[in-house]
Amino acid sequence: MTLDIQKIREDFPILQQKIYNRPLVYFDNAATTQRPQQVIDALNKTYTEYYGNIHRAAHFLADKATTAYEETREKVRSLINAETREQIIFTKGTTESINLVAFSFGEAFIQAEDEIIVSEMEHHSNIVPWQLMAGRKGAKIVMLPIDDDGRLQIEDLEKLITSRTKLIAVAHVSNVLGTINPIAEITRIAHSKGIRIFVDGAQAAPHLHIDVQKLDVDFYALSAHKMYGPNGVGVLYGKKELLDQLPPYQGGGEMISEVKFSGTTYNDLPYKFEAGTPNISGVIAFGAAIDYIRNIGIENLAAWEHELLNYATEKLLGIPGLRIYGTQPEKSGVISFNVDGVHFFDLGTMLDKFGIAVRTGHHCADPLMDHFGIQGTVRASFAFYNTKEEIDVFIEALKKVIAMF
Amino acid sequence: MTINEVQQEIIEEFSVYEDWMDKYGYLIELGNELKDIDPKDKTDEFLIKGCQSRVWLISDFVDGKIVFRGESDAVIVKGLVALLLRVVSNRTPSEILNNELFFIDDIGLKQHLSPTRSNGLLSMVKQIKLYAVAYNRISGKENA
Repeated sequence: MTLDIQKIREDFPILQQKIYNRPLVYFDNAATTQRPQQVIDALNKTYTEYYGNIHRAAHFLADKATTAYEETREKVRSLINAETREQIIFTKGTTESINLVAFSFGEAFIQAEDEIIVSEMEHHSNIVPWQLMAGRKGAKIVMLPIDDDGRLQIEDLEKLITSRTKLIAVAHVSNVLGTINPIAEITRIAHSKGIRIFVDGAQAAPHLHIDVQKLDVDFYALSAHKMYGPNGVGVLYGKKELLDQLPPYQGGGEMISEVKFSGTTYNDLPYKFEAGTPNISGVIAFGAAIDYIRNIGIENLAAWEHELLNYATEKLLGIPGLRIYGTQPEKSGVISFNVDGVHFFDLGTMLDKFGIAVRTGHHCADPLMDHFGIQGTVRASFAFYNTKEEIDVFIEALKKVIAMF
Repeated sequence: MTINEVQQEIIEEFSVYEDWMDKYGYLIELGNELKDIDPKDKTDEFLIKGCQSRVWLISDFVDGKIVFRGESDAVIVKGLVALLLRVVSNRTPSEILNNELFFIDDIGLKQHLSPTRSNGLLSMVKQIKLYAVAYNRISGKENA
């Protein structure tokens, strides 16, 4: 199926605007994506038609909001093919999902001297929560290295695993390199040694078909705002037997079964992990985002993004002195690069003046920057609403900018 | 020239450029012309925190005036450093403390001062003022 990109673009009001009198070229999709009108309408509709606090009132509005909220849970379950809807926990984002697992898994399963393996390419949010937990528990963080193409050195994994290894934390797709990691293979190795695996799917869920059962992962996290949905909504998937064993992460309303000053019993999954009033309208509108991308078809958008990636990569490599970080073949629509003799911040500043939004800096991945011995990169990241014409504009602007230095 | 006269002079220099490309082109030129600091001064002690580009700012107190030296690894930021140094270097602490830095607004580079932009210009200005406060105290004691 060929996507009608122009028609798709009409769904995204923000893409219609001009920046500094030039048409906006939005290539910062790995940071956050834009929302289609359908998602904005769903947000609006929630507030104008059926907003009430969920799960706890007998009245019409609350009931309607609860139904819509729980419908999104079912949509997420279906999107990632989780076994049951009880295994879909709403959080405020991938970061909170990771903190939840790091805390609760740590409380349940980690002892002093235990080890957690974390890959070198991780976003800080998939490093720091584990460090915090390790600090509390007296556990150790062990790094799984990458090679210079940005590929995880899976062959080293078995050597890094010891009798104290309890969990491996790894991204499905790198936010800097675009590398798609072989999650099923890592999981197979981990499980063969009785080790659990946590996958940060923030960069994968918007671009790949995710099947948590097929991958056999123990935990999987994603963010709605990177999937054309509202910000402030995330998901944690977990295996039921594990989630059942984890203590709550936060205390509050909703997560309890019975509260007495002599002791409290907790609610069932998934509510045990959803303390307090959640982002009701955000979750409901996330449902509209899932409908939107499934309507286009994840395979279709992935194929188009891959075409954009190849087109841009070829054009970029034609620029003298340009180096791309992340060059292994299994790759998502993210290109990080530097140009000899020009600072990434100078490039980003000038590209902005051409109406082009790219990200510059360390991309919250200091260890990865250290691996390549750099301070940062320019990163262009694509979504299905981007076009080859936009890439042409970007390449021409980039050449003009480089000539200025 | 007073601090404000130098600021006025910079505003006039930039006013000839109508196109933003030329404005930034001039900034790049200034950045390239700024003399590099001694590599051994590029230490964490002089690094301004919280910047996407690295900025070093060093000060010496000579005859009651603060002499600033600075550099950045990004040329545009280096150009901004050059402008700042032109305004604030070789000034007494009270000159720095008693005058507003209005030229950055006026030459249309205000976005570079916004706290949300992580290029460190705001941190640089803050650091300059902190140096001025510190040297002010020292010179106050010397005079007492």
